Amino acid sequence: MSSPNPSTFTWQGALIGARMMMPVLPGLAVYALAFGAASSNRGLSLAETAALSGIVFAGASQMVALEIWRDSWTPLTLLTVAVVTATVNARFLLMGAAIQPWLRDLHPARKAIGLFFMADATWLVSTRYAEGGGRDHAVLFGAGILSWIVWVAATIPGYVAGSLVAEPRLYALDLVMPVFFASMAVPLWRGMRVSGAPWLVAAVVALAVQAILPGYAFIVAGALAGALTGALQRDPG
Amino acid sequence: MTPAEAGAIPYGAVLAIAAMTLATYLCRSSGVVLMSWVRITPRVQRALAALPGSIVVATVVPIAARSGPDGILGILVGLVVMRLVRNELAALCAGLAVAAAVRALAPHA
Repeated sequence: MSSPNPSTFTWQGALIGARMMMPVLPGLAVYALAFGAASSNRGLSLAETAALSGIVFAGASQMVALEIWRDSWTPLTLLTVAVVTATVNARFLLMGAAIQPWLRDLHPARKAIGLFFMADATWLVSTRYAEGGGRDHAVLFGAGILSWIVWVAATIPGYVAGSLVAEPRLYALDLVMPVFFASMAVPLWRGMRVSGAPWLVAAVVALAVQAILPGYAFIVAGALAGALTGALQRDPG
Repeated sequence: MTPAEAGAIPYGAVLAIAAMTLATYLCRSSGVVLMSWVRITPRVQRALAALPGSIVVATVVPIAARSGPDGILGILVGLVVMRLVRNELAALCAGLAVAAAVRALAPHA
């Protein structure tokens, strides 16, 4: 954010973002196929399934929502599905907070649209690009639009083919996101004195919370604990 | 499935999708909105600097801990390859190849 480069918004940036997304696209496609199949087994219509992928666009919460999906809805069950969705996606709040300084100069309308595309992989790609000093905000759009197309396009054959979809575990494609996240830890490491304590606290708290609470609370709890530890450290500069 | 179930709302599925969309977009946008109100003191700066790495660690470590040797080895190999060649695609391919190999050799591990 103290980078001397002016912020820009170019086709070239969009292509950089799209290229950085390439490694995770096969995993994303298989995840979307699996969601489509699960949704068809659960009895949702193709239109409902496509709408979930197209406008909710958040895989883990889509999967969890299928478990509490109803044939008929009441105000209470609608509230439940909204709260469960917010719980599963609460990590996006922290990702948004972390990426806010990079997005500061972006036009508000573009920021509002760009945030729709912020999910695990697109946040990670944008963060990696921003950490390298990059100031082209179209990176988030390039990564986001490409992953949206793949996500929605793969949901539909998954729905149609149902359980015929190949077993993702065979090629370890279910591990794409954890391995991709882990590899991103390398460029984010700032040395033991800066990153050591926050990362250790984040890991310990996340493990403890995972053991106690169901769902995805461990990501939010561990990340907050790590950031708090960073705040309490003496300035390493 | 009883269409006349007490209190059932017409277009319930549409409303459920709308509720999920709203909840998810609020999660995506509120972190950015909140941080635009916070004054960036050196302390807030340090918290923000520690946040991306903390998110990554808090996501990966519990997943590694609850997966078997396949997941742990795959994640470790991904880390090492990334450290050596600084290329995400190479790290991902190596990590997934190792995890798939562990599963093929020890399917019940």
